[in-house]
Amino acid sequence: MLKFTEEHEWLKIEGGVATVGITVHAAEQLGDLVFVELPEVGATFEKGGDAATVESVKAASDVYCPLDGEIVEVNEAITADPSLVNSDPQGAGWFFKLKLANVSDADGLMDEAAYKELVG
Amino acid sequence: MDGSSELKKTPLHALNVSLGGRMVPFAGYEMPVQYTAGVMKEHLHTRAAAGLFDVSHMGQVTVRARSGDNADAARALETLVPVDVVGLGEGRQRYALFTNDEGGILDDLMIANRGDHFYVVVNAACKDQDFAHMQAKIGDVCELTLHDDRALVALQGPHAESVLAELWADISSMRFMDVRACDLHDADCIVSRSGYTGEDGFEISIPAALAETVCRRLLDHPDVLPIGLGARDSLRLEAGLCLYGNDIDTGTTPVEGALEWAIQKVRRKGGDRAGGFPGADIILDQLENGAERRRVGLKAEGRAPIRGGAVLATDSEGEDIVGTVTSGGFGPNVDGPVAMGYVTKASIAPGTQLYAGVRGKFLPVTVAAMPFVKNTFKR
Repeated sequence: MLKFTEEHEWLKIEGGVATVGITVHAAEQLGDLVFVELPEVGATFEKGGDAATVESVKAASDVYCPLDGEIVEVNEAITADPSLVNSDPQGAGWFFKLKLANVSDADGLMDEAAYKELVG
Repeated sequence: MDGSSELKKTPLHALNVSLGGRMVPFAGYEMPVQYTAGVMKEHLHTRAAAGLFDVSHMGQVTVRARSGDNADAARALETLVPVDVVGLGEGRQRYALFTNDEGGILDDLMIANRGDHFYVVVNAACKDQDFAHMQAKIGDVCELTLHDDRALVALQGPHAESVLAELWADISSMRFMDVRACDLHDADCIVSRSGYTGEDGFEISIPAALAETVCRRLLDHPDVLPIGLGARDSLRLEAGLCLYGNDIDTGTTPVEGALEWAIQKVRRKGGDRAGGFPGADIILDQLENGAERRRVGLKAEGRAPIRGGAVLATDSEGEDIVGTVTSGGFGPNVDGPVAMGYVTKASIAPGTQLYAGVRGKFLPVTVAAMPFVKNTFKR
């Protein structure tokens, strides 16, 4: 199940765990990333909490936690090579895996068609 | 800022949009922050080949002595800046600072001697207040004209000379900070060998109506890419150059800002024309005795960019705060974070270990000499 947030994150939800990243649209808007800071495994966030930080040459931006949950895995490959987020944002450029506090919370997020409409 | 209808447009606006410029509000203008290549590639391309920047938002002012004697205009300008204007030769340009009575900096600018007048380029955000300041202080002696009828572009990078030489062969005889009139593609231009990237290059003032034609001609060259404000900022930061409003302002003096090099001996104590500019007492005293704080370069040990506003401490707990970062980001050619900021005088020596507050952590940084990249000016 693929879901999207208004903050331009995507979630691929399998068995109560969401793999989270930023969308192609967000990656294009941010430009070439030079630094990524990921949360620690075991950290818990509420929906909207600052889970990660990305920095381009120009500016820093927060990546919000899309739903309540606990971080169970992070993608160290993008801290070693932030350009992965630009080259493959919805694949190899994923950020973290989030064990959802309530899987049904995902029902409130957008599907791909609704997100595409949002970003035009 | 909302309501883009209130934003002004440069004579190159249509060209900027047609080139894929991502337009943002800047200093009251709608300006391209980047083009399709993106900030990183634009920055690297400028240092590897040549980049063309629209800087038409900056203020171009001519200063003409009412007496007809250009020396009167030079003397008048010297009452506003701590710089040798009288000794500036015809066809030469110099960096200057408008100071206030407290020794603070109202703006930084370029002053060129054009023979029968002076030509001044000031920052976009300050140009109206600078013009009013000049009008109030030297308007009785000089006729001042703000040239909104001219575009200004910068062609910067190691290939800038060869690119421009295809339009105007004489360019190669110009040295750093030379200024000349020339015809580019039948447009009556003013060219200076200068810029704000740390690279060799040129700034070209062009009549507004012909600006797009000249720029398209330059952009036709395979070595030239259009470069937005994003890369302009990262280039000047790597070059250790101040951004007015961030790194220098009315609360910083030229000495605190490490800009003593801009104050020639003739305007210092013991010089033939010592003082005589706003804030001279404070600035001349600081030139002799130093200031309590100073602008320094900073290099981070990690990969996290240190941005403007970050506090600087001598300890990793952030208890002994000694300064603040004023500009910072990622230097594409340095391939790491670069920043500048103000620290108290005990911490100004290159190599001094400090810690910058970033998102609740204090990250190690080292005071470093600037520029962070070697400049390539043709002196």
